[in-house]
Amino acid sequence: MSKRVVITGLGVISPIGNDIESFKLSMQKGISGIKYIKELADYNFASQIGGVPDINNSEYEKIFEKFELKDADLTVKYSVLAALQAWNDAKLELPDKFAENINENYGAVIGSCAGGAELYARKLYPLVNSKNIRKLGSQIIENLMHSGTTAVLSNIFALANQTISNSSACATGAESIIMASEKIKQSKASLFIAGSADPYSPYMWAGFDSMRLLARKFNDKPTQASRPLSASADGFVASAGAGMLIVEELNHALNRNAKIYAEIVGYEYNSGGQRNGGSMTASNPKRVIDCIKSALNNANISGKDIDLICGHLTGTKFDYQEVANWKTALNLNEKLPFINSLKSLLGHTIGAAGAIETIAAILQLQNNFIHPSINCEDLNENIKTIWDKNKIPQKLIKDINLNYIAKASFGFGDVNSCIILKKFK
Amino acid sequence: MENIKTNLINILKKYTLAKDVWKNFNENSSIISDLKINSARIVDIVIDLEEKYDIEITDEELEKLTCFKDIVKLIDSKIN
Repeated sequence: MSKRVVITGLGVISPIGNDIESFKLSMQKGISGIKYIKELADYNFASQIGGVPDINNSEYEKIFEKFELKDADLTVKYSVLAALQAWNDAKLELPDKFAENINENYGAVIGSCAGGAELYARKLYPLVNSKNIRKLGSQIIENLMHSGTTAVLSNIFALANQTISNSSACATGAESIIMASEKIKQSKASLFIAGSADPYSPYMWAGFDSMRLLARKFNDKPTQASRPLSASADGFVASAGAGMLIVEELNHALNRNAKIYAEIVGYEYNSGGQRNGGSMTASNPKRVIDCIKSALNNANISGKDIDLICGHLTGTKFDYQEVANWKTALNLNEKLPFINSLKSLLGHTIGAAGAIETIAAILQLQNNFIHPSINCEDLNENIKTIWDKNKIPQKLIKDINLNYIAKASFGFGDVNSCIILKKFK
Repeated sequence: MENIKTNLINILKKYTLAKDVWKNFNENSSIISDLKINSARIVDIVIDLEEKYDIEITDEELEKLTCFKDIVKLIDSKIN
């Protein structure tokens, strides 16, 4: 019999909170983490706003010093801060760096979209171009390689099961959680750190700005810029952060009396083949629907069991198609579930989105609330025709019993991921 | 010479992660086996010293550096 998979630890670095409690409070209050960023204006971005976690404090500096991360890329720094939170939250012991014990049943799947892009631009290229290779130092590779974060976490936590890095654009974070869940279901590991991070990176964001995908009409009203589901949505708002989760086999968690946040009862990932409506940037609707349906089947439930959809919903023209896909996949015409978008609060954290948004879904499930999906007071007319507007919360909904939440992420390259979370009883 | 030693200790401290390695420290202490500094970090120590003293340490010189006093001697010979 395959194993059951639960979540026992959470950690987050985000524009709306650098710990789970403040992140949850910001969600409940519907606080936007989007700000004007002068550096983007200086670079001539059309979109001069974004969500950037504030990690400038002496406590974090001590952590970076302890783990030799002072010169590390933000992707690594955000990831380590979030992973340490999740590890502590799960009441796991921090191994001694010089002891011989290793955790053969513990692994990591950590993803990113941009990875070390910013370090390439700000350190590697200038030093190589000016023929100063000697000054690159010994840590440049561990900070630039795609598996850099996983390698650092393996070092900190003595992880000796599979330690791997994944990347699938905006679906990365959800994919890392699914990959970890699969390993545990197959009895190949008892615990994984899973999650993803993306840095504040003008060099990465520039590409999105050039594609005219970023919101550019709200530079003077940053908190109103991220508008998923809204008629006046103008593009997504780039954002940065990390979400890390401890994904654990149920009996392993029970045996050590771990606090259990939620159970992962279903998941699926696929791609749309970039045909039949799918492309580099758009999803093939049929494969999105297949992905959600398969995750529901996997969980042995049907669409009517879902209480809340934590959508991908970025604030672009694709929001309507996503909502339509959910409706078809859930096979419901009435009694639609609630649907909201965390991106309305903190923007689109790109590769980190799937992990941070799964954490947000878990917090809503565990604490029986639904956060407001802000900035959609002017609902998109097409969405209004297919979804009950009362199920798109403009205000915090408290004391609502949630049993199942569906979380999905979609990304460039026509990739899809869907996770079904169940309240643990 | 004392000044070089103090500066070197300050640089090495950036790269010593193990607790208590400085307790039994003496001038014959090996950088890698006694101070438990990751061997990859030697190049960073060299970069720090080169910047601090405006000197260049060659690969041949680098290979001969194993303990604290080797480094002190090398720097002293380069700046005096």
